Amino acid sequence: MDLKEKLVSSFLAFEDGIDLDHPVHEERSNAIKNFETKGFPSKKDEAWKYTSLRGLQKIDFSIFPKQETSLEYKDVKKYFLHEIDTYKIVFVDGVYSSYLSETTHDGVDICLMSSAFNKPMFKQVIEVYFNKAASKDESLTSLNTAFSKEGAYIYIPKNKMPKKPIQILHLATGNEAALMLQPRNLIVAEDNAEVQIMERHQSLTDNEVFTNSVTEIFAGKDAIVDYYKVQNDASTASLVDNTYISQKNSSVVRVHTFSLGGKLIRNNLNFYQNGERIDSTLKGITILGDKQHVDHHTLVHHAQPNCESHQDYKGIFGDSSTGVFNGKIIVDKIAQKTDAFQQNNNVLLSDKSTINSKPQLEIFADDVKCSHGCTIGQLNEEALFYLRSRGIPKKEAKALLMYAFTNNVLESVRIPELKARINKIIADKLGVRMGFDL
Amino acid sequence: MLEIKNLHASVEDKEILKGINLKVNAGEVHAIMGPNGSGKSTLAEVIAGQEEFVVGEGSIMLEGEDLEELSPEERAHKGVFLSFQYPVEIPGVSVTNFMKTAINESRKAQGLEDMPAKEMLKKIREKSEMLEIDRKFLSRSLNEGFSGGEKKRNEIFQMAMMEPKLAILDETDSGLDIDALRIVANGVNKLRGKDNAIIVITHYQRLLEYIVPDFVHVLSNGKIVKSGTKELALELEEKGYDWLKEEAAV
Repeated sequence: MDLKEKLVSSFLAFEDGIDLDHPVHEERSNAIKNFETKGFPSKKDEAWKYTSLRGLQKIDFSIFPKQETSLEYKDVKKYFLHEIDTYKIVFVDGVYSSYLSETTHDGVDICLMSSAFNKPMFKQVIEVYFNKAASKDESLTSLNTAFSKEGAYIYIPKNKMPKKPIQILHLATGNEAALMLQPRNLIVAEDNAEVQIMERHQSLTDNEVFTNSVTEIFAGKDAIVDYYKVQNDASTASLVDNTYISQKNSSVVRVHTFSLGGKLIRNNLNFYQNGERIDSTLKGITILGDKQHVDHHTLVHHAQPNCESHQDYKGIFGDSSTGVFNGKIIVDKIAQKTDAFQQNNNVLLSDKSTINSKPQLEIFADDVKCSHGCTIGQLNEEALFYLRSRGIPKKEAKALLMYAFTNNVLESVRIPELKARINKIIADKLGVRMGFDL
Repeated sequence: MLEIKNLHASVEDKEILKGINLKVNAGEVHAIMGPNGSGKSTLAEVIAGQEEFVVGEGSIMLEGEDLEELSPEERAHKGVFLSFQYPVEIPGVSVTNFMKTAINESRKAQGLEDMPAKEMLKKIREKSEMLEIDRKFLSRSLNEGFSGGEKKRNEIFQMAMMEPKLAILDETDSGLDIDALRIVANGVNKLRGKDNAIIVITHYQRLLEYIVPDFVHVLSNGKIVKSGTKELALELEEKGYDWLKEEAAV
């Protein structure tokens, strides 16, 4: 049985365990129908031209983990940003781990989707927001919606800010030979609220993991949301991350994506600006080796006047790794005075690595500022000689140039410990010790 | 200190250095002058280990050790320093962090521990004051947006920090106004001592009024065609290089 059939037929079993009268269930039923009709995207779809899911569909993934596994904190501590105090929402093989988590209902709700679905106190929020930003058309998003049951639920009421940042961690133990995970996150920051969130997926063994994640983020008027995605997973872990962001007047949402490891990563990052004076920031650092593959598909939809968007993606590709950057910007006719900026710079370290970079601008307004730039090159040999002539060995000099290349993406990271952590991951990846933090 | 014998170097099959002979003793300052395209910068970069050039015949010995097989960083660890004619801009790396890394990598190569932070700061303060460099300047990205003069002053700051045995200054005077020239020359003169040597590459005699050389060599078409004392520089300033080309052609 191929993966699509298996998923569709599993839906009945999935329905056994949930409340069929819940208003959300109709969404799930519609979603599975859409997935059944469309199936997995293939290379025939323009948006999936450079990323193939065929290999993954041949693997016999378990869709529901058979057993609950407990982990000791000390064994997984290194995957947390443990240097600072944070709220934690932790899942082990897709199942919530209360032991590893630290949630709260103190003025803000930092808890679970399963609670939000089931408890009456969250009913209204679910009705207003759930599946309202996510695509009802895109098949993998539909697949996730159909099986949506668990994930992080974060609700920050008007004028509130959680006392500390939030970490969402998905751990895969390898108890299943191959495991498919479909976390569903809902994040709502009401007017003038502020929140900082970090998300990480981590497989603890070499067993195959395929995560198809959907995150919806709603930012109210003047709200500020910082979302950091740390993608540094095992070489047998694949991730399709579908993130949908809906912003109101004068809100600021910044998403940083650090793609530093994994087998196949596809990021579908979609911003919808539903108000004026909105600021959307999309930044990414991608550093790959071996046969790794990362595909960034971004969309910024400017639907109202006087808004800004900033995109800055840096990629370094070694060995036989491949990268894709597809940045789509839509400016509606009424969205005058839009300021949309897009930059994608890439360095290829080997003859076998490739990057496909494509800006896609659809502009229907006539008084806008839209700029985009894309570069693909090698490390600057002159700069390398300059550094080496000062006594910095070749390997370190290369690393320093790569740091320098990616530096402006890290500048806007607002959690210093996270910045230091990313620096460390990069340094480890490059096999060097840097005498300083950038 | 440095002994270059019959050095030939080429890039993309084009021979640029055609048999250079040069001996520099510890404590000496040598000036190398010559017209554009005579091979001055190539000589400087070949000594520093630029791999773009293919060294054919000849040898470069530093304190009795053949440099041929050594990488640029290994040469730096042995005390070779090149002040670049066109320093490269490196956004994202501050001058201070760059110097820390450079000094500690050199120390590591010599089996030493990292320089203690306090000592490093003291040294940075001392050397930047000597070259009248603003502290704010040191936290800026290396050479990014620096004026021509600032880049050159920054090169000499790096030299002062690294305290090389052999410093090669490639047209350090270009882009400097007269005040900056004095400050830079003062920095270079502070390094002068019985244990190290300096090679000054320049077009003009102007710099040599401040960094007085013991010997002056004229490079033309890949060869040293004339050597003399500091008076030769004055003669070149007066007569230009054409008479030497003619002399060499005979």
